[in-house]
Order: sequence, then C-alpha cells, then structure tokens
Amino acid sequence: MEIFWLLGIPLAGGVFLALWGSRRHAPEINALFSLATLLAAAALTHRIIEDGPMMVGAGWFFIDSFNVFLVALTAFVAFTTALFSRPYMRIEQEHGRLNDKRLRLYHSSYQIFIGAMLLALTTNNMGILWVAMEAATLATVLLVSLYRTPASLEAAWKYFILCGVGIALALFGTILLYFAAEKILGSGGTALLWTHLNGVKAQLEPTVLSLAFVFLLVGYGTKVGLAPLHSWLPDAHAEGPTPVSAVLSGLLLNVALYAVMRSKVLVDGALGTDMAGNLMMGFGLFSVVLAAFMIKRQTDVKRMFAYSSIEHMGLITFAFGMGGAVANFAALLHMTMHSLTKSAIFFAVGHATQKAGTQLMDDIRGLIKTNPTIGWGLMLGTIAILGVPPFGVFASEFLIITTAMHEHPWATPFLLLALGVAFASIFGRVQPMVFGETELPRLPHQPALAPVFLHLGLVLMLGLFIPPYLADWYRQAAELLGG
Amino acid sequence: MTLAYHLQIVNLLAALLLLISFAMLSQRRVVALVTLFAWQGAALATSTAIVAWSTDQHHLYYSAALTLLLKVIAMPWYFYRLVRKLNVNRVVEPMINIPTTMLIGIVLVIFAFNLALPISEISGTVTRSTLGIAMAIVLLSFLMMITRTKAIPQVIGFLAMENGLFFAATSATYGMPLVVELGVALDVLVGVFVLGIFIFQIRETFDSLDLKHMEKLREK
Repeated sequence: MEIFWLLGIPLAGGVFLALWGSRRHAPEINALFSLATLLAAAALTHRIIEDGPMMVGAGWFFIDSFNVFLVALTAFVAFTTALFSRPYMRIEQEHGRLNDKRLRLYHSSYQIFIGAMLLALTTNNMGILWVAMEAATLATVLLVSLYRTPASLEAAWKYFILCGVGIALALFGTILLYFAAEKILGSGGTALLWTHLNGVKAQLEPTVLSLAFVFLLVGYGTKVGLAPLHSWLPDAHAEGPTPVSAVLSGLLLNVALYAVMRSKVLVDGALGTDMAGNLMMGFGLFSVVLAAFMIKRQTDVKRMFAYSSIEHMGLITFAFGMGGAVANFAALLHMTMHSLTKSAIFFAVGHATQKAGTQLMDDIRGLIKTNPTIGWGLMLGTIAILGVPPFGVFASEFLIITTAMHEHPWATPFLLLALGVAFASIFGRVQPMVFGETELPRLPHQPALAPVFLHLGLVLMLGLFIPPYLADWYRQAAELLGG
Repeated sequence: MTLAYHLQIVNLLAALLLLISFAMLSQRRVVALVTLFAWQGAALATSTAIVAWSTDQHHLYYSAALTLLLKVIAMPWYFYRLVRKLNVNRVVEPMINIPTTMLIGIVLVIFAFNLALPISEISGTVTRSTLGIAMAIVLLSFLMMITRTKAIPQVIGFLAMENGLFFAATSATYGMPLVVELGVALDVLVGVFVLGIFIFQIRETFDSLDLKHMEKLREK
C-alpha cells in the first residue's frame, strides 16, 4: 500500500502545483508534498526492514534492500532540497530572474521529476524503468532552461539531445534484453519483469545479453555522467537553478546507476564472466581521472562541483565494477555519502552565488565574514567531499581504494593521483572564497542552511559510526549485487 | 504459402523505410523532411499491421495504430504548424556536404547488417531478415542528427531513430510488451511537447533556430 502513496503523492503534487503553483505559498506546498513523500518512503522502508524483500501490485513493483535504500535517500534529499529551494527561489524572484509562471513550472516539474525517479527505483519492469528514466529527463529539461538565458537554453538543448540519444541506446538494450528473455519466459508483459529475469538469468543467451549490456551501459551511463559521455552534465548543472543542480547531482545520477546495476546482475548471471564488471571499471576509472583534471581548469563554481560529481560517480561505477561484497558495500555507502554531501554543497554554493551575484569563483570572496553560516557550510561540505576524515566519504573512499589495492593493484595509482589532483584544485579554489576579503551585501531573505548542516551532520555521523541495522542493510544489498 | 507472400510485402516496406531514411539524409528543406518523416511512419505502421495480421500478434495492432496516430498524423501536423508559425522553411546546408553524407550512410548500412547478423541468426521470428535494416535506420538517423545544425531537423532525426528502434523491436521479437510500448509512446509525445515549448524559447532568445549560436558552452 505504501508504494501507491509513494508514487501517488508526487504525481498529485505535480498536478496540484501545475494548477496552483503560482500562489504565494507554493514553495511551502511544494515542501509539504515532499514531506508527505518522505513519510511514505519511511513507511515503506520500515515495512521492508520488518518483512524483507517484497513484490507489490501483482509483481509490477519489487522492493528489496538495494532499491529501498535509494528510495529513502531520494525522498530525503528531495525533501531537504524543497526546503532549500523555498528561500532560494524567493531571492531569485526578487532579483528578477524568475516570474510567477516559471515558478509554477518549476514546482510542478520538481514533483513530477521526483515521482519519475521513485517509479524508476521501485518498478520491477525493465521497460517501465526505461520509461521512467526518460520521463525524469523530460521533467528536468525545462528546469535547466528556467532562466531563459542563452547559456541555459544551450545547456538544456544539449541535455535534451544527448540524454535523448543515450536513452534511445538504452531502449535498444532493453529490446535486446526482451529478445533474449522472450525465448525462455514467453512473450508478453512478464518477460521484462526483473524478478522473472533474475530467476532464469543463467539460461539467457550470452551473446545477446553481452550486446544488450553494452547498449544499456552506454545508454544509462550517459545519464550517470560517465566520461566520455558526460558533456551535458557540467552545462546542465551550471546553468540550471541550484536546487535543480542539487537533485540532478544527488539523485538522478544515482538512479541512472541503479538502472545499470540491475542490468549488470542479469548479465553477470547469464555470462558467468567479468565482462560487465570490466567495462564498468574501465568507464569508471576513465571518468575519475578525466574529471579530476577537468576540475583544475574550471572557473565557475557550479561547474567545478559538477565535475566533482562525475569524479565520484566514476569512483562508484569503478567500485561496482570490481564487484564482491566489500566493493559493493563501499559503492553503496559512497552513493549515500556523495548524495548527501554534494547536495549540501550545492545548497551552500547556491546562496553564495546569490550573494556575490556571479558563479565565477574569482569574484566570490570572504563568505565567512559577511555570512559565516554559508561560509562554514561550504567549507565543511568541501572538506567532506574531498574525503577528509572523520566524514563518511573518507570511510567509503578508503574501502574502495583498499579493495582496489587487493584486487586490481594497477588501478590504484590512477585513483590516488586523481583524488590528489581533485583535492588540491578544489581546496585551493574554495579556501579564498570562504576566507578572502569582501564587501558584499547581505541576502534579502534568511538563507536556508538547516539542510546543509543536517546533511553534513549525517555524513559526519555515518563516518564515525554506522548503525548496525544500516550496515546490515548495505550488506544485504551488496550481496544481492554479487559480482 | 500465404505467409511468404506477406513476408515479401514486409520486406518491401523495410526496403522502403531504408530508402526514406536516405532521402531524409539528403533533404535540405524542413517541410519536405517532415513529409518524409510522415511517410516513414506510414510505412512502419503498415508493416507492423501486416506482421500483426500474419503472425496473429494482436498487441501489434495497437502498436501500429499508435504509430499511425502519433507519427503519421499528430506529429507531422504539429511540425508543419511549427514550421509555418516560425517561418523556418529555408534551404539549410548540413555540416557535411550531401554526397559525403550518403557515402558515410552506405558504410553505416553495411556495418548495421554485420551487427545484426548474429542476433537475427538466433531469432525465431519470420521477420528476422529485416533486423539489419532496422539497425541501419537507427544509425542513419543518428548520422542525420550529427550533420544537422538546426533544431527541428535534429529532433526529426531523433524521432526517426525511435522509428528504427520500434522496427527493430517488431522484427526481432514481434514488439515489446504493450505497457512498455504505451509508456514509450507517452514519453515521445511528452518529448515533442517539451520540444515545442523549447523551440519557442530558443527562438525568443536567439532570434533563430540555428544551433550554431549555441556553441558558447565549451571547455576553455
């Protein structure tokens, strides 16, 4: 039952806000709908912890420990982002960058976007998974171009076309998957159900499945932002409104990677080789290294953190590619940490750029003087994402690197080099932004920094101590992914 | 031997689809491109209906009707209106000249047939021989997207690619499950709708639909 609430609330929110989204209290209504979604997700999570994996709605939805943790994370970050966007969007409106009509579009699309991601996470049907991923893209295209500046339109067009092509390749992969499945499961709706496929994965035709996986990886990988398919990502993150950057980075990339992992489980079962894992390791490692060196060249703060997202998604993909219980555990942990930390950073960056009136890092100075909370939020977030202990990112990165040393020693120098370069460049850039000299005015509305410190607090807590039930939960999911 | 007879029609239509793809690749006028896209949809719908009839796969009828409704009637109508409203029906030069594009296209077709060979060998459908053509359509549409610099031709390329994918699904497996096809159709419809809004935004901001204006976001 919870599942229908979980999917129904964002949908209802989308419709409601499309009709009434330009009202004065629309931002609060948006946050309320997100809170309701979070409660539904919490109820669902509670149910799964109590009863274990389950199928709902005649097999149409399947919830296990792998996707329920992503559902909880998605609903949580969606809620905090809605809280953040409340003052942020008001300030944007006062700066004259938005009008009522666009704000209505923003609120409505935001809810639909969250709903589409939750559908992608919970559906059992690989075809519906594709449909939901595409719906999530479409919902965000107009959000990226919300400011209607030439640069934002260009970014949105690039996002639309590149992700469109990517997702078309994924559709072909899905067709191939169905083609292999149909031979064993018979034609009709059930042949694309993941649970059915998982049951017969050893009998699926290996040649077809390996071809299918290549298409699925390249297709969904475009959305994960894996290099060399990443070129839409920095543009979309830099030119869209900051709450959108936060949810794209913190949530959409995860959901796309989730789709890849569901496919990988099937392909591993059919092939019995490391082909899928090796491909993922290759893409992942390339993304980590490329992104680290691109970070160094950025002048726009949101672009820089967008590249940092590519780096971290690459790291997670690499870890999933290695496979095995420890690496999967680390990858899942890192997914959580990255979502929480990166969205917190975007919240802080959002207010910082509003204050300075620019996204150029050279022009943002001395945050800590005029608005200490923004300054500290940005600094702590940066330290956390760079993997400084005791934050949780350190724990997951440490696990990934030690596993890599054990199993694939050749990869460790690349990883360490990339992490080092990223550390030096990001820290060097952020430090003057926070501590430099400035005479910037204050913001007209009280910035929403509670979400920043809430996220960072969670990351810090998880770095020091992972509650046993959470660890169990990750462990179960890691075993499920096998490899 | 009635089946063989139907099959011949399907093969004929497949050849027609491929020809239309090449015609689209060489077409410089937007309106003519939309017309070709409508014809491609019509050929696809007909071939899907014939496959449905000859193999008794009833859900393919829905798929054919959906193609007819969306890709032959609704979308071309919408594009015609868009082109008229925006007055963009001028001759547009693609980035690579047309003879070269055609030659690349031929290479792609050969590549597509090779790629499809192992799959169609395993396939048990009567239409498996057309899988190579479906792959070729996908690749040719992709090429069209790369070589065009205007917004509407790029999107028509994208939709033609979708046509190719549908055709691939029909030839390899007699189509995807109905829910999935409905979902895909819904996404495509919403996509075209989003595009409509988007094109007006681009037009308002740049005074043109030429994507050459949109090359500012580059790595320095």
